Amino acid sequence: MNDMRLTERAVTEKAKMSARGVQVHYGTNHALKDVDVDILDKTVTAFIGPSGCGKSTFLRCLNRMNDTVASARVTGKIEMDGQDIYDPRVDPVQLRAKVGMVFQKPNPFPKSIYDNVAYGPKIHGLTRSKAELDEVVESSLRKAALWNEVKDRLAAPGTGLSGGQQQRLCIARAVATSPEVLLMDEPCSALDPIATAQVEELIDELRAQFSVVIVTHSMQQAARVSQRTAFFHLGSLVEYGETGTIFTSPRDPRTESYITGRIG
Amino acid sequence: MTVGLLSLLLLVLAALGFVVGRQKAIASVKGDTRNLHSLPAYYGMGVALFTAVPAFALMLVWLLVQPVLIEAQVTGMILPEDIADGSSRDLVMSDVRRIASGMDVLAERGLPEAEFAKLVTDTTALKTRLADAGVALAADINPHVAEAAAVYRAEVATGRAWLAVAALALAVAGFLLAAMRVTPEFRARNVVEQFIRVLLVAASSVAVLTTVGIILSLVFESWHFFRLYPAKDFFLSLTWAPKFGGGSSLGIWPLLWGTLYVSAIALLVAVPVGLMAAIYLSEYAGPRLRSVAKPALEILAGIPSIVYGLFALMTVGPFLRDWLARPMGIGDSSSSVMTAGVVMGIMLIPYVSSLSDDIINAVPQALRDGSYGLGATQSETVKQVVFPAALPGIVGAILMAASRAIGETMIVVLGAGAAAKLSLNPFEAMTTVTVKIVSQLTGDTEFASPETLVAFALGLTLFVFTLGLNVLALYIVRKYREQYE
Ligand SMILES: Nc1ncnc2c1ncn2[C@@H]1O[C@H](COP(=O)(O)OP(=O)(O)OP(=O)(O)O)[C@@H](O)[C@H]1O
Ligand SMILES: [Mg+2]
Repeated sequence: MNDMRLTERAVTEKAKMSARGVQVHYGTNHALKDVDVDILDKTVTAFIGPSGCGKSTFLRCLNRMNDTVASARVTGKIEMDGQDIYDPRVDPVQLRAKVGMVFQKPNPFPKSIYDNVAYGPKIHGLTRSKAELDEVVESSLRKAALWNEVKDRLAAPGTGLSGGQQQRLCIARAVATSPEVLLMDEPCSALDPIATAQVEELIDELRAQFSVVIVTHSMQQAARVSQRTAFFHLGSLVEYGETGTIFTSPRDPRTESYITGRIG
Repeated sequence: MTVGLLSLLLLVLAALGFVVGRQKAIASVKGDTRNLHSLPAYYGMGVALFTAVPAFALMLVWLLVQPVLIEAQVTGMILPEDIADGSSRDLVMSDVRRIASGMDVLAERGLPEAEFAKLVTDTTALKTRLADAGVALAADINPHVAEAAAVYRAEVATGRAWLAVAALALAVAGFLLAAMRVTPEFRARNVVEQFIRVLLVAASSVAVLTTVGIILSLVFESWHFFRLYPAKDFFLSLTWAPKFGGGSSLGIWPLLWGTLYVSAIALLVAVPVGLMAAIYLSEYAGPRLRSVAKPALEILAGIPSIVYGLFALMTVGPFLRDWLARPMGIGDSSSSVMTAGVVMGIMLIPYVSSLSDDIINAVPQALRDGSYGLGATQSETVKQVVFPAALPGIVGAILMAASRAIGETMIVVLGAGAAAKLSLNPFEAMTTVTVKIVSQLTGDTEFASPETLVAFALGLTLFVFTLGLNVLALYIVRKYREQYE
């Protein structure tokens, strides 16, 4: 792991979201056991762990996407800016506008590329004129490193793009809604190294404005882009802390085996 | 030999072929089936197919062609003076066939063949005998006709006998040929595959050929009609007034207008309600409600349209008349375009909703998640993501509903009446193409006057109409598919 950047770890210590004792059951399957994590403001947090350990499940708790899964039951407390997001007074729709999400599998809408990106701004009324909307669409596509490839065919269907392009379109779509927290579930799994580097650059840029949570199977990526890392194993949070510490001197033997490639 | 017995024999031969083919294949490698090109059953199947299929094909063709040939021969025996006034050659020929079948019944009852020769010369006796056998003839039997019937009967019997000989010979030949070809290197599996392919092609051609046949018969009869009645009047005249004595005016417009008007109202009712029901069921309803409501809707779709017709006649018609048409002073009849349209719309609701529900359910959950993940509400998601994704299928469903509306008859008869009229007022009685097809063909008139033949022209028009609608549906579906896949 020679390309790890373990420097510039200056982060604000203010928690944007905090989870305490979160449990998730899918029917009788206990998928997530007693997880405590703080997502810091203007910080990139990486979730790592072997497949099926509950990373996506926890991510989906943070914007209440598990509400749409009939069998899922979430207990425990998750707060955002001091407000319990599972409080009945909280509107999950509003919450999701503030906590954006990029899914593990690209899922562009069957609309034009332009309309895909403009979807969020339109439904939330974020722009006042067509020109402003055009600008948001362009800047979001630029941030997602897709603009140069699609600028001449914005009216073409988003579903006609390649898998990696579709994933970047989904990133642009999420960025366009200007969320406060952006959840990214393996955003780079379908991307080539160049696009991956661009997305990582984007993540670093986004950190200036909001918190980013990224699930990844690449240790290098976690080390490169994140300031905080959480390691999940079999549904529990094993270790959470400063990325440099996790990768150089993990406290838990399981963490060490995983990052050195012995389990997972 | 009867066709049933012959078929049974052929099947037995085929079964025998299977056993022999299989045994021979196994024997040819001395029981080590690994040395065979294909599994032993394939060799058996090959022999069975070669035995049965050509013989059955021959039988089918024979049975189709034989009556035509015999008819042609027997028709020649009937002289022009044998055809009574007001009758026709076709009617006489149908008498011939009836007498022949009556003779068959008598023969079955044990009447010796020698008796028939006597009966043919003594037509009065023949008539009473036939009446005993359940064949009642109106007039006295003309000696020529009796003779023709006897010949007809004899020819049919000879034909049958030859058919049995030919089919059995072909089956045995196929059996021997195929059995001889069974060697370890023989690619039985590929041959069977080819055979099955041909069989499947034949099956699909049946569907296509019947369609072609139906269209041809429609076109043919319509052509008859247009020789008797000018096409210009049919397509351009605005009045529909058939008179069974000649001098009718048979303009299609009042009927077409009624069809379109009723269908439009039906779709106006069915499409919004059906779509919203589908969206509720697939997007909002919980699994328990869904498991009850969906089958219930499908049961509704299975109610025969005559029941809906009764509902129109007894309930909806009087209701619309008393509460809408009379108070507003725009109609005085319980049969109206509105009644038929509304009830037909109700009939189509489950049709539209059940089809659309399946289509909406097929939209991947990932698309919904994507929309929810951006903070969209459920109805925004439905409107902007799910619905556009499902649109091609939904358009198809709507056009299918439209085809049904256009072809519907019973509800219109009971709900809208039978008066052909061109009017904008939806509370007036009107009628549709289908209803008039039925009414022109009921009653005892021969298919020779424009008043009856017009039914075929109407049918053809309707057919072209629905065909156009289906082509449009295909086109729309294709277009959207290209855009979104
Ligand atoms: N919709 C669901 N219904 C039922 N069980 C689910 C559902 N989603 C996830 N699970 C279960 O929850 C557990 C955790 O799954 P999750 O998707 O969170 O894993 P993950 O860490 O994201 O894995 P990966 O790295 O492969 O994406 C698994 O055992 C999985 O079977
Ligand atoms: Mg996952």
